[in-house]
Amino acid sequence: MEADKPRKPAAQARRQFLLDSARMACGVGLLGIGIGLYAKQAKALPPLALRPPGALKEKDFLGACVRCGLCVRDCPYDILSLATPDEPISTGTPYFVARQLPCEMCEDIPCVKACPTGALDHQLTDIGKAKMGLAVLVDQENCLNFLGLRCDICYRICPLIDKAITLEQQLNARTGKHALFIPVVHSDQCTGCGKCEKGCPLPVAAIKVYPTELAKGEPGKHYRLGWVEKDKAGGSLVAPDVQHQYNLPEGMRYESGKGLVPGGEAAPAVPPGSAAPGTQPVVPRALQGGKL
Amino acid sequence: MSTGVEAVAAKGWLGAHKWLLLRRASQLGILALFLLGPLAGVWIVKGNLTFSYTLNFLPLTDPYILLQSLLTRHLPETKAFVGAAIVLAFYLLVGGRVFCSWVCPVNMVTDAAGWLRERLGIKGGAHISRRTRYWILAMTLVLALATGTIAWELANPVSMFHRGLIFGMGAGWAVILALFLFELFVSNDGWCGRLCPVGAFYSLLGKFSFVRVTAAKRAACNDCMDCFVVCPEPQVIRPALKGVDGAGPVILAANCTNCGRCIDVCSKEVFAFGTRFGNKVAKVSQPAGEMTPAACK
Ligand code: SF4
Ligand code: SF4
Ligand code: SF4
Ligand code: SF4
Repeated sequence: MEADKPRKPAAQARRQFLLDSARMACGVGLLGIGIGLYAKQAKALPPLALRPPGALKEKDFLGACVRCGLCVRDCPYDILSLATPDEPISTGTPYFVARQLPCEMCEDIPCVKACPTGALDHQLTDIGKAKMGLAVLVDQENCLNFLGLRCDICYRICPLIDKAITLEQQLNARTGKHALFIPVVHSDQCTGCGKCEKGCPLPVAAIKVYPTELAKGEPGKHYRLGWVEKDKAGGSLVAPDVQHQYNLPEGMRYESGKGLVPGGEAAPAVPPGSAAPGTQPVVPRALQGGKL
Repeated sequence: MSTGVEAVAAKGWLGAHKWLLLRRASQLGILALFLLGPLAGVWIVKGNLTFSYTLNFLPLTDPYILLQSLLTRHLPETKAFVGAAIVLAFYLLVGGRVFCSWVCPVNMVTDAAGWLRERLGIKGGAHISRRTRYWILAMTLVLALATGTIAWELANPVSMFHRGLIFGMGAGWAVILALFLFELFVSNDGWCGRLCPVGAFYSLLGKFSFVRVTAAKRAACNDCMDCFVVCPEPQVIRPALKGVDGAGPVILAANCTNCGRCIDVCSKEVFAFGTRFGNKVAKVSQPAGEMTPAACK
């Protein structure tokens, strides 16, 4: 075409400028895509790293925190650190590892007060409302209480004892006569401070605090719990309640705690499974693994 | 090789290194203030260059990171804005890239690399345009907007180095070493003069800043070229020194870092600190355009 025609200097300069700009845009664009993809990866917090109290949702936190470390400095127990580039946490952001040093749940929450950006939300004034994560009793095979012992440490150490963790009694199926005291965490109360994880006496903790998004399930939006709805409505919503009828073999009757026994009248006084509050729930023999 | 010899002869070693010494004192002094807390338990300054809190009273925020945070659609607390306003006002007064030459810790690393480069006689390397930094600056802002996170902080060696020195480096050392080697072997002034978006951001303030270096006595220039050799942004000197297109003696170019190296190195004491308003055109010693491009390196 006009390639061999001598170019006017202005046109040549313009062409050079456009070329340079294109080159620059490509190079810098590539770099940007690289960092962008890396940023996308770095958005997920590894399970063992917890954010200080009041931290915004991880995605928002990474846009709000300027990595200044004032929260780190004002924590009187020195539990927080800023991530270095070799750690799998967004570089420069504050975190703690519960098993090393849990949050002591300071009443005046100095870390939140120190934060100049609101990455730690200043709306949080009651540390009991913090949501740093959620404790989960992950290893039910090794938890001492699950084995029937009375360790109870996670329960006793919890700053919100009997609210965030309760002990639920169950029958010890192994012995058939003892109780298991099962630590149960309640997500509406647990602050994720990590004291339970720190306190667990096993070489590797059976109870661990995970970022809430990892730890918590979510029911389907359309799920309704029948018994809840019934309570709300003050009565059955579908059909009138009828007394449950047992169809027992002839000449047998059901007796609470014993199961089927020979004899006349049926209709147990207490329906199976229910128990007066505070007493050992009674499990039918059939469910205990014994023969009928 | 003989850069600065004349100046030392004329003004003595101290006179020819005055601003350099002051600059190092400033860079190290600021770092020391930050380190006093963690190392000695004396908490005068908390935090790091992105945000610091002095004597539990004075907030200082890096306006560049605040801008990125705003682009992620986060609205920070007032304290962060107050800190940024103070910092903006300060650099508008003393010169935008004063951050680079008087505060930034990376400057000591790149200066060390530059010094070694000259010692070892390393020449040439990759050609990177000095405009690249503005593209990178734009890229970091787009990243904040697109990812909703301050993504540049994952890679920013400036904050990484400063934060690392105070809070623990981890693998940050590798990044700083890479930067040093890059400056040494790949590109002279490669990071600070061509790539760093932090410097690029502060240079935007330099467009309006009050304190500027001026070639007030440019009539005395004897064309030794030493200032062009020591200047980290040599392209800024020529218009003011040579009065290109009738330019006045004040170095108005935004990328002048107000480091004062040209003041130190000039045996004729052509340069001095002044203000951007002392720019009336005095008599020009010689017509423009005598400079050979090679001298500008
Ligand atoms: S609540 Fe107290 S112990 Fe927990 S992170 Fe904040 S300052 Fe530290
Ligand atoms: S104080 Fe706030 S902005 Fe600073 S590091 Fe902690 S969370 Fe981030
Ligand atoms: S993390 Fe553990 S100790 Fe802390 S509130 Fe939750 S259950 Fe209690
Ligand atoms: S250009 Fe960047 S790295 Fe260099 S001194 Fe300025 S801010 Fe620091």
